[in-house]
Amino acid sequence: MTVQTGEGRPSPEPKRPGVAARERRRRQLIIPYLFLLPFLVLFLLFLVLPLGYALGISVFADRLVGGTVFVGAENYVRAFTDPAFLGGVRRLLVYGVFQVPIMLGFALVLALVLDSGVTWFRTLFRLGFFLPYAVPSVVAALIWGYLYGQDFGPFAQLAGYLGLPAPDFLSENWILPSIANIVTWEFTGYNMIILYAALQAVPGELRDAGAVDGAKGWQIALYIKIPLILPALFLTVVFSIIGTLQLFNEPQLLQPLAPGAIGQAFSPNLYAYSLAFTNQQYEYSAAISFALGAVVVVCSYVFMLVTNRGEARG
Amino acid sequence: MAPTTNKGGGPGAGLSTRVITTALLGVFLVYSLLPLFYLVVSATKDNDELFTSFGLWFSSFDLPANLRETFTRDDGVYLNWLWNTAYYSVTSAVGAAFISTIAGYAFAKYRFPGRIPLFAVILGSIMIPQTALVIPTYLLLSKIGLIDTPLAVILPSLVSPFGVYLMRVYAEQSVPDDLLNAARVDGAGELRIFWSVALRVLMPGFVTVLLLSFVATWNNYFLPLVVLSTPELYPLTVGLASWNSIASAGGGAQPLFPLVITGALVSILPIVVSFLFLQRFWQGGLTFGALKD
Repeated sequence: MTVQTGEGRPSPEPKRPGVAARERRRRQLIIPYLFLLPFLVLFLLFLVLPLGYALGISVFADRLVGGTVFVGAENYVRAFTDPAFLGGVRRLLVYGVFQVPIMLGFALVLALVLDSGVTWFRTLFRLGFFLPYAVPSVVAALIWGYLYGQDFGPFAQLAGYLGLPAPDFLSENWILPSIANIVTWEFTGYNMIILYAALQAVPGELRDAGAVDGAKGWQIALYIKIPLILPALFLTVVFSIIGTLQLFNEPQLLQPLAPGAIGQAFSPNLYAYSLAFTNQQYEYSAAISFALGAVVVVCSYVFMLVTNRGEARG
Repeated sequence: MAPTTNKGGGPGAGLSTRVITTALLGVFLVYSLLPLFYLVVSATKDNDELFTSFGLWFSSFDLPANLRETFTRDDGVYLNWLWNTAYYSVTSAVGAAFISTIAGYAFAKYRFPGRIPLFAVILGSIMIPQTALVIPTYLLLSKIGLIDTPLAVILPSLVSPFGVYLMRVYAEQSVPDDLLNAARVDGAGELRIFWSVALRVLMPGFVTVLLLSFVATWNNYFLPLVVLSTPELYPLTVGLASWNSIASAGGGAQPLFPLVITGALVSILPIVVSFLFLQRFWQGGLTFGALKD
């Protein structure tokens, strides 16, 4: 057994090929870890560590007597029985059940029409539909907030000219559809581009085969194209579910305009934000963030499970 | 514009079908562009005109005055916001793109122990809602004294699990092993191979991750809202929101609405321009995410 000592960097004597290869393999082993290092360090610091930290402090609570004490799962029991948190989750689920299918329905129809080529000005449409995605959601919420407004919103003005009562888009009854409209406006084009790109990848022979068989345009879309872009459609649904449960910017920005309709616990993220920065309840806020993360993961996972089973059967 | 004759068009794409579909898409185009049109129109009005004139048409033309006021208000803090946004976005985007590219390349082109579980963890973390991390990140950063500094916005924005996933797929498809082996035979080191051979081939993917991260940081609101408290450090989103809440609280008594609107218009111009000129890369990136599953 030969003991190799202090691997002399550039060895003066010519190496035997076996040694060179071993040296190379050894370096090959380190290199990928070296390449991964920057990402992994940041991943640990800004993803794993905050999660761990949140989990850590979420099992404590501030007490008037005794200061910060270990309470175990108490904050989680409290979160999942807290009407404010559960109400926010339920509100977003109701909202998502309508908003996601409407938005993706629009996106799918627009993508199919653009892809089928039965329209003029395709480039103009594609760019125009995608443009709202370039607008920060903060700006989108501000613009729509002004459009909805009773003071100088054009809809209220139009109603005024016609002598009709001004529609109050920021009232308690209308706030969910009003927010749904903002999000639909922002993200329909984005989803359309994903679906459109998937459609463009459908092989031409398949469409032609359908056409020869005498299938109509919508039949080709329904029976040939849509099944082929299911993975893309699936991806847009998962992203939309994740986005829906994280709703924050739009209600937070509309809150000053609609104080009656948007409370401190309108969405779980808004609730966690108010708990941390208005009430200074950091431990409970961390538990809410964590509970929200769990809800998101469970919802995405349930969706995947359901669709996977559907595909396996079909 | 001349109608293209049935280019890939479905059967029965007659004139009437064409007119109907174009009209339907036209309706949605109006919906997509109307709020932006409203923004442009409103940016030309002073505070009184905003309230008294019809919102969807021009009346007075006060755009120059609005721009001057926007850029000089509060000692020109808007210019700070614009600069901060550009600074946060560019550094985050370049950093995230580079870090994701080299990591994705490692996953695609090397076999090493731990590769599969490591990638599974990163892939799984795409599902973690970013906003659920904001408050924990705030608590952690305040422990180490990084709160209310540019790094508090930039460092978390460098982590892009989705970027790593995209670059892995891209590297697998676009970098041939033969190319790397040829460079190895020539005696090039692994780092050099990445830098001068692979990176060139990976450029389109790199640019896509760059754009995605750039827009994500440019549009980010929750994180900077929470980790920054000095107005001079705000990005545009947080700054505009702070002006808006002052304007709304005053019920329009403070003539800030024209500034919020003009500021919003200026803030979206760079992104809109980048969209129009770099749309090839946009489509490229989004397609990757959708097709390779």
